[in-house]
Amino acid sequence: MATLSHQIIAVTANNLRSVPQRWGISAVIVIGIAVTVAVLVSVLAMAAGFGKTLANTGRADRALVLRGGSQSELASTLSRDNALTIMDARGVRKGADGKSIASAEMVAIVSLKQKNTGTKANVTLRGVGPKAFELRPEIKITAGRMFRPAVRELIVGKSALAQFEGLELGGHLTFHQGEWNVVGIFETGGDSHESELMADAETVLSAYRRNLFQNVIVLLESPQSFDAFKDALTTNPTLSVDVKRETEYYAEQSKQLSKLLFFVAYIVGGIMAVGAVFGALNTMYSAVSSRSLEIATLRAIGFGALPVVVSVFVEAMLLALIGGVLGALAAWMFFNGNAVNTLGANFTQVVFQLTVTPALAVSGIVLACIIGLVGGLFPAIRAARLPIAAALRAA
Amino acid sequence: MAAIVSLRNVVKRYTRGKHSVEVLHGLNLDIETGDFVALMGPSGSGKTTLLNLIGGLDTASGGEVSVAGERIDSLSGGQLAKWRARHVGFVFQFYNLLPQLSAERNVELPLLLTSLSAAQRKKNVQTALAIVGLSDRAKHKPTELSGGQAQRVAIARALVSDPTLLVCDEPTGDLDRATADEILGLLQSLNREQG
Repeated sequence: MATLSHQIIAVTANNLRSVPQRWGISAVIVIGIAVTVAVLVSVLAMAAGFGKTLANTGRADRALVLRGGSQSELASTLSRDNALTIMDARGVRKGADGKSIASAEMVAIVSLKQKNTGTKANVTLRGVGPKAFELRPEIKITAGRMFRPAVRELIVGKSALAQFEGLELGGHLTFHQGEWNVVGIFETGGDSHESELMADAETVLSAYRRNLFQNVIVLLESPQSFDAFKDALTTNPTLSVDVKRETEYYAEQSKQLSKLLFFVAYIVGGIMAVGAVFGALNTMYSAVSSRSLEIATLRAIGFGALPVVVSVFVEAMLLALIGGVLGALAAWMFFNGNAVNTLGANFTQVVFQLTVTPALAVSGIVLACIIGLVGGLFPAIRAARLPIAAALRAA
Repeated sequence: MAAIVSLRNVVKRYTRGKHSVEVLHGLNLDIETGDFVALMGPSGSGKTTLLNLIGGLDTASGGEVSVAGERIDSLSGGQLAKWRARHVGFVFQFYNLLPQLSAERNVELPLLLTSLSAAQRKKNVQTALAIVGLSDRAKHKPTELSGGQAQRVAIARALVSDPTLLVCDEPTGDLDRATADEILGLLQSLNREQG
């Protein structure tokens, strides 16, 4: 056993020492795998970032009520009577003034120019009730002030400000035949509301000449009050509504896009990985070919086939590992934290940050090792089967 | 004296595409212990083929090959590798030194197949390099040696594990006349003193 380990160490060390002499061809495997891993990790980072943004939106003790059968806020309508019934239902927490902590909201779409592309995209304008900020304590005004009711004023989410033109504090927006003033900037700790504009619900309804809300959001007495609240609404014959925990609603909204992104990541990553395997095979076959005399000499001296196989494998794995680490590092350096936006549930843009998590980086490196393993396997077998006499004669 | 190498009715055929070429046709040969034998013949006459069979680098298509009383024509690839490590030292025309390793590391290679300690390996390497007169070149890489010096290192590598036989395939083929004479002289004196 001692001699076998000596053989493996000696042949592998010698092989690795010769890598710098073959750096050009070795770079093929490193770059091929680095690009594959960078693409895979970046797309997965997109899915992770989008999922994280929507997962951060909502609390278990808040419930969202939509018209029955509505898949999203935009497709829902609730009358004022219905909104009042919902806000007064059992299980809703009362504020210090004895009124329900709830907000009947209207969601509208505003078309704004994107800073990075110059093209227009939809942004959510959320008209909120007077209790909206007691309902959502995570909303913090970071610049300017809160909008006033009955005046065309709005506040802008931090992510929306970063992505769209004309949302700076003190700016004016013209839509729906009226001018709106930006009076404040808010943040919510990174959830999807940061991609929105918010204003007084009655003012938005009036501007859009509507009298119907899209949803009602309530703060429950506790997360356990949800069932009682839901029962109270679904057993009320005057209402036809869907009741969901806020967290559940946003998780459902993110599911489709996350699925699509994971699908794209694994399909594109898979195709690139196949290409990288061929690159690795090419590199390692070249490595074996250029070392055929050395391998034949070692075999002639008496070294076994196993140390040769291990040495080729170790080289392939090491190069793949370098490629994998470089790819994950590139994805992290160039994409982690980058804000991008995509179409959300209300046909409006949700701004989110690409998130290269350690788990994603590890997934990329594992993929790199698999590519190295497959790419090293056949060349290693060829090296082991190299006819010694023929290889010596070829010299 | 007993034959250290014995070949009986040895046949070697190579298959090239659809054609089979017979290089050795029922060869019988005995080499005695301590012999210094040179094979001479035109190109393609089978000199290297015969050396490969004696050295266990290739297997015969027919007949018997015995070295030191052991039949090697029926050994598997793995068994042959172990057998070569114990019994054969090779010297090649183009030295076949590993370019990344120093002279002493090249010479040490066959000893990695033994159970000798690192200290014992070092001692044996120093002895082998001293025998070929290259103690002062131990740390040099093959590219830093002349052709003659590189072949001396290769001879030291072939000798270091004290093999049963030394197989040299055109050991002077890449050297100028003076250096070739020097290498042949070294091999002859080694044969006289240690063969």
